[in-house]
Amino acid sequence: MWKILKYSTYDLLRSRWAYLYLGFFLLFTAGFLYLTGDVGKVVISLMNVILILCPLIATMFGIMYHYNSREFTELLLAQPIRRTSIFWGQFLGLAIALSTSLVLGIGIPFLLYGITHDPAIWQFMILLLNGVVLTFIFSGLAFWIGLRNDNRIRGFGLAILLWLVMAVLYDGVFLLCLIVFREYPLDSFSLFATVFNPVDLSRIMILLKLDISALMGYTGAVFQKFFGNGWGILLSTLSLLAWIAIPVAGIRYTALRKDF
Amino acid sequence: MITCNNVQKAFGKNQVLQGIDLDFRESGRITAILGPNGSGKTTLIKSILGMVLPEQGSITVNEQPVRKQWAYRSAIDYLPQIARFPENLTVSELMSMIKDIRPGASRDQELINRFGLKPFLRKRLGNLSGGTKQKVNITLAMMYDSPILIFDEPTSGLDPVAMQTLKALIQEEKERGKLILVTTHIMQFVEEVADEIVFLLEGKTYFRGPIQALKDRVGVDDLEAAIAGILREHPIVVASPDTTRRISANPIRRKIPGLLTSFKKA
Amino acid sequence: MLGSLILLAATAVVGRTWVINPVAGKAVLAKAVTKADTGDTLLINYGQYYEYGIVIDKPLTIIGIDFPEIDGQDQGEIMTVIAHHVTVEGLHFKNVGVSYLKDHSGLRIKRRSNAVVRNNKFSNTFFGIYLERVTNALVTGNEIVGVPRDEASSGNGIHAWHCEELQIEHNRVTGHRDGIYFEFVNNSTIAHNQSFGNRRYGLHFMFSDNDVYHHNKFAENGAGVAVMFSKFIDMRHNIFFHNWGRASYGLLLKEIYDATIEDNAFRQNTIAINIEGSTRITYRRNEFSRNGWAIKMAGGCLDNEITQNNFRSNTLDLVLNSHVNNNTFSGNYWSEYTGYDLDKDGVGDVPHRPVKLFSYILDRTPEAIALLRSFFVRLMNFSEKVSPAFTPANVLDHQPHMQPFNYDHLQ
Repeated sequence: MWKILKYSTYDLLRSRWAYLYLGFFLLFTAGFLYLTGDVGKVVISLMNVILILCPLIATMFGIMYHYNSREFTELLLAQPIRRTSIFWGQFLGLAIALSTSLVLGIGIPFLLYGITHDPAIWQFMILLLNGVVLTFIFSGLAFWIGLRNDNRIRGFGLAILLWLVMAVLYDGVFLLCLIVFREYPLDSFSLFATVFNPVDLSRIMILLKLDISALMGYTGAVFQKFFGNGWGILLSTLSLLAWIAIPVAGIRYTALRKDF
Repeated sequence: MITCNNVQKAFGKNQVLQGIDLDFRESGRITAILGPNGSGKTTLIKSILGMVLPEQGSITVNEQPVRKQWAYRSAIDYLPQIARFPENLTVSELMSMIKDIRPGASRDQELINRFGLKPFLRKRLGNLSGGTKQKVNITLAMMYDSPILIFDEPTSGLDPVAMQTLKALIQEEKERGKLILVTTHIMQFVEEVADEIVFLLEGKTYFRGPIQALKDRVGVDDLEAAIAGILREHPIVVASPDTTRRISANPIRRKIPGLLTSFKKA
Repeated sequence: MLGSLILLAATAVVGRTWVINPVAGKAVLAKAVTKADTGDTLLINYGQYYEYGIVIDKPLTIIGIDFPEIDGQDQGEIMTVIAHHVTVEGLHFKNVGVSYLKDHSGLRIKRRSNAVVRNNKFSNTFFGIYLERVTNALVTGNEIVGVPRDEASSGNGIHAWHCEELQIEHNRVTGHRDGIYFEFVNNSTIAHNQSFGNRRYGLHFMFSDNDVYHHNKFAENGAGVAVMFSKFIDMRHNIFFHNWGRASYGLLLKEIYDATIEDNAFRQNTIAINIEGSTRITYRRNEFSRNGWAIKMAGGCLDNEITQNNFRSNTLDLVLNSHVNNNTFSGNYWSEYTGYDLDKDGVGDVPHRPVKLFSYILDRTPEAIALLRSFFVRLMNFSEKVSPAFTPANVLDHQPHMQPFNYDHLQ
């Protein structure tokens, strides 16, 4: 698996898409740091971008990469290698390549800015960490969708739908529930709904590390209490890990039963 | 070395293999697997390689059942029908990568020389012509010197010189005592290299034996004409819509209707 | 013989001057006050004076040299003035001790007028300066530092109750419950003070009318300034900075009438101005930047005029929860404004809607804040902006300014 991983990463890191992705983050981060000079503000702007872009790019890239490397995958399948090694290796290679672009693209400008001496380093770290986790989750899900659907159009459609649901529609339904059931206590529901969706969970985890959490009033206090204690941290970590584990297990399940 | 026992495989409602019983025991022999499109040639080969998982029956390679195994594949060199490689790699990078993933390649330099691939080693695979890619493909498949060789349409895209090289190579391998399976549409190629043929029709083994036996059976002296004779007796059922799922991904398969008609006319 | 008291000069008109030095174990200050006559001056040299309960019962001028420390040792109130025309200057009051029954303070002035409290220091004095039924007092240049405790066991820095014509200027107050507290105080001025790091409010008005506060700075307090149940309060040129926390705001207005809020700067407050029932208030030329909410109005808010303000980069500019709106928004600069100015007169050609759909929803469903900064909320706000359906139709700025006003002088 590690060899497949190595070559997938290597292959992807040399593609122009990876450069484009890296370049975008470099420009965006450097530009914002230069214009505002305020780490907190840049972290918020980056958060907006990362929460949308990381899942979207990971999903699109994941499905594209899967379909594009299909023939090559067949070549590998005829070699004396385990199937799971091939697909896990490719998925990890993809996730690592995208994460590298993200980490370098955001990290380099911040390092040059001198983040290591800035107290905001934790905000920055949690931002990066969440971006990386989202990349892993969504490239894994996309890979799994690709593996389950040989029809490219259908695969692309499902992948976009997945992104749309997780990044946009979920929040719409969430908000609707809050409005419809506003007569009832909704703190537990809000917490549950947030922890369940990795995009929302990442958003809240970053927000709670920022000044802006003060705007969240009573609800924010409930969140802060939850995410501040051991159970909350454990539960949210478990949720994120589960979101990574589901596609990883799914890839294995489908790969072992699929004809190529 | 390879045995297939009542191998059955369906894609959706389309029963592609309907109980294949075959064994390939004799080494130093070249067997051509023939049949119209959709007769299950590639499916059979992929079942042997463990890429397709049959619903029924068993396959063994070197007396080992292949189901859910992978290590047995180190005894097989496989040339896929068409290979698309990572476009950003150069030829030499791809080779060292494959060698890294599957150690034990011993003939890569020799094959590079024979196919004249040296000038292309530093080029990106995305920039190569189809024929050159096929040469790379053959080199990758054959560099391990394994006892079993499986070629799926090895001639596609090759120029006449490379074709000669390939034929010579296959003959050499045969003489070195390898078990060789080939699928192809080029009957001339079959007549030149194959010791025997396996003719698949509608998922079953219709015929197995030397080429001459088939000719005798149909009563013509031309292999192409013999096969056309068989097909005339057995009108081909056009693939049901269920197979389109499998077919659409494969560029060569998209040409099926055309090939079918050419087969019939011949 | 009073070894520590030295009579320097004596003239019938000006009064005599006494110089006082500390003597261990003796209450020299109390004794000196007893000894002195009306109009005398007490010069107190630097040193430690362990005394409390000093009562000034005649007009005196008390001047400390190099801030002599008067230490109440947590025993009770240090100095109580019960005479007119008393000046207290240059002293350092220390350690009054917390009392829950009595509002002990460093210096109390009771029922008299014309007091001057100038350039003193107060540390750990529970209440710093306590003005009780005082008319015409000047409190200036004092530095009042409390020891941070919880709200219930903290006193106020400068506490005024039932007073008239006070001038509170150039003081620095920190570490108290309220920095400056006014209850039933009329016709007074609060200017050039700094009130920061107080538990509750930097400045607090209750039932006080016709007061002015200007050029003050309120930072890092539980909330900057609270004005409650008061009329005709003038608020100008103040800075409200970083009053930031879950229940924080720069300025709280509750049941007030006829106030003017001009030329103030509100930066980085959770809520810049939180309004619960206020009428006939003018908000003009204020700078609101990077606050959570710039203006949050609840309850009956009538006839308010909001004009020529800068609203820059606030998370939400305006929240209104009343259906009736007769408040006027006109000629403000809104950084959220996306309209155009074809006739180049500096005023946008299409009106601006300062109420976002999200703020409208938040007002009804506060839990929706869990979706703060989510993509969906941004989409929702955008579509509402393009075709408004929910937000109040009559809350409009018909003359949105294209360029921000230059309020740099409000630093």
